[in-house]
Amino acid sequence: MQLTAEQRKGLLRTMALSRAFDDAMIALYWEGKLPIFQFGAGPLPGELHCSNGAEPVGAGICAALGPDDMITADHRPHHVAVARGVDLDRMAAELLGKKPGLSQGKGGHMHIYDPSVNFASSGIIAEGMAVAAGMALARRLQKRPGVAVAFIGEGAANQGAFHEVCNMVGLWKLPVIVVVQDNEWGVSTAKSESTAVERNADRAAGYAMAGEWVGTNDPDDIHAAAARAVARARAGEGGTILEVKTARLTGHFMGDQQAYIPEQMKQVDPIPPYREKLIREGVLTADEADAIEAEAKARMARAMAFAKAAPYPEPAEAFDHVFAGEAA
Amino acid sequence: MSRILTMSRAGREALDWEMERRPEIFCLGEDVFKFGGIFGTMDGFGAKYGPERVISTPISETGFIGMAAGAAMAGMHPVVDLAYIDFIGVCYNVLLNCASKTHYMSGGSVKVPMTLLIGTGGGYNNAAQHSQCLHATVAHIPGAKVVYPSNAYDAKGMLHTALRDENFVIFLTHKGTAGVGWMGTPIKTTLSEVPDEPYTVPFGKVKVYREGRDVTITGLGMSVHESLKAAEELEKEGISAEVVDLRSLVPLDREGIIASVAKTGRLIVTDEDYLSYGVSGEVITTVTERDPGLFRRPPVRVTTPDIPIPFSRPMEQAILPLAGRIAEAARKLMA
Repeated sequence: MQLTAEQRKGLLRTMALSRAFDDAMIALYWEGKLPIFQFGAGPLPGELHCSNGAEPVGAGICAALGPDDMITADHRPHHVAVARGVDLDRMAAELLGKKPGLSQGKGGHMHIYDPSVNFASSGIIAEGMAVAAGMALARRLQKRPGVAVAFIGEGAANQGAFHEVCNMVGLWKLPVIVVVQDNEWGVSTAKSESTAVERNADRAAGYAMAGEWVGTNDPDDIHAAAARAVARARAGEGGTILEVKTARLTGHFMGDQQAYIPEQMKQVDPIPPYREKLIREGVLTADEADAIEAEAKARMARAMAFAKAAPYPEPAEAFDHVFAGEAA
Repeated sequence: MSRILTMSRAGREALDWEMERRPEIFCLGEDVFKFGGIFGTMDGFGAKYGPERVISTPISETGFIGMAAGAAMAGMHPVVDLAYIDFIGVCYNVLLNCASKTHYMSGGSVKVPMTLLIGTGGGYNNAAQHSQCLHATVAHIPGAKVVYPSNAYDAKGMLHTALRDENFVIFLTHKGTAGVGWMGTPIKTTLSEVPDEPYTVPFGKVKVYREGRDVTITGLGMSVHESLKAAEELEKEGISAEVVDLRSLVPLDREGIIASVAKTGRLIVTDEDYLSYGVSGEVITTVTERDPGLFRRPPVRVTTPDIPIPFSRPMEQAILPLAGRIAEAARKLMA
């Protein structure tokens, strides 16, 4: 399936917005954390795992999905959430722990839930694998359409949940796509130090799933692979392990000095090459590309203004939502 | 109409009634399709509802219980059979971080209605990996309801309640109380008159099995029945014991416990789970925090000690909280 010029501009727009989100959050993150760094200080407390470098994966995959499809993401969810169209204002407010946040301040940046676009994330590695497969099973039982996509990292492919779920996806031919975002690093552990095979996509053969491997961090290529996987899933042909060689430009989390990464393994920012490619291929002009980036920053500035102006929850609200059907 | 049923048959009746009427309910677990679950709760369901709604899984507890959570998030109400609670070790993350926390972490926007059926307990020489209770280990997780009926009437009513709850409910049954063939003749006090029609038993209310004046004995699952046996013995000796079945750990009926101790002034907490950091400490603390003056004598715990469950019969029988130990504790309290 060939992407139209408009769709490719859309991919750049999505990536630019995701980058603007992370850049704005990174700038805010350092407030109150200098000169002495501590997770809990400042207006954006806690760990922050940014998506810089992985934007093509979120953009390319989500562009191949429809509104009925379902997504789970992991501890690094921003690029997927932005690409899926999760409410940007409320997501920004959630990161700041504010009352109008998606979870009213109970989730934070690793736990992003927006049921209006079938999006959920979890901070536990590979946990979303089973949740996505269960959502696909639910749709089958409900006789409703829908493909489930679990976004995980290459490190998660060594979790037991990955293997248990892949086996059941293959066994029951569930419409599940496992997107393995290979950014090479599980915190400080390189893929070569943790994974017995070079490509996790090869593991698909062991689970009667299809394997797709994309070696470029380019949303066009990622989208093409995703479109094939989605078509197979919708046709009842089962699941795919779709691995993408992507990047992690700002470390495992903010404050990670990444001294463990040797010079020759430094990663490339995927957005400028895609922008140049679109200009080179006549999809847009440099001015149009500048405008896309400026609009992304402006949109994010509005989200950040909303988040900053929003009130905090009351301390007593900590006791709400432990159980459904009780105190709201 | 009503008849006398075992816990297993009573629970099956509740699940069958709900499944007939609610397409969102489906069963998932090892051996549920052909075996009907290890306690027969889904006995015959494979033939009745078919493999789509009664799904036998591979031995992949993290995978299929996590899938149940995902299905619940997508509008279903899965009923999962985890056989023995000893196996939570291979799926604890789903209980701890996913099913119990998603509603909270989503600020209430995502619900996870699912019922996890688990068998607990020993007393039949199955050694340290197939005899544990571990109910405190699951009751400690915020966001999970934990209930524990000890008789057929409650098994049916509480399962109806669980299946209508919007939350993650861990539904425990002591293997020895279920009334399944491989555990021998059912214990008489687990059997009850069970109405044909559906009814609910609310969570978070103790059940006073037997009223008494001198000492309160709280129990849970099998230890309720051991407590009843002890109470019968004590009655002959002139000691009047009140037997209180906690039957729901989350929520816990703290007022019900306090009310009984306020009456008797003496408390024995029986628990087949390990002694330390568990339900027995919680029950005593519940009374102590309200008013330590309610105790005429210091409270006593009769539990499994902090050791792995031994295999050999003389050792296992000695360490379980059986009637003999409970009665002995009561005699000392009254001396």
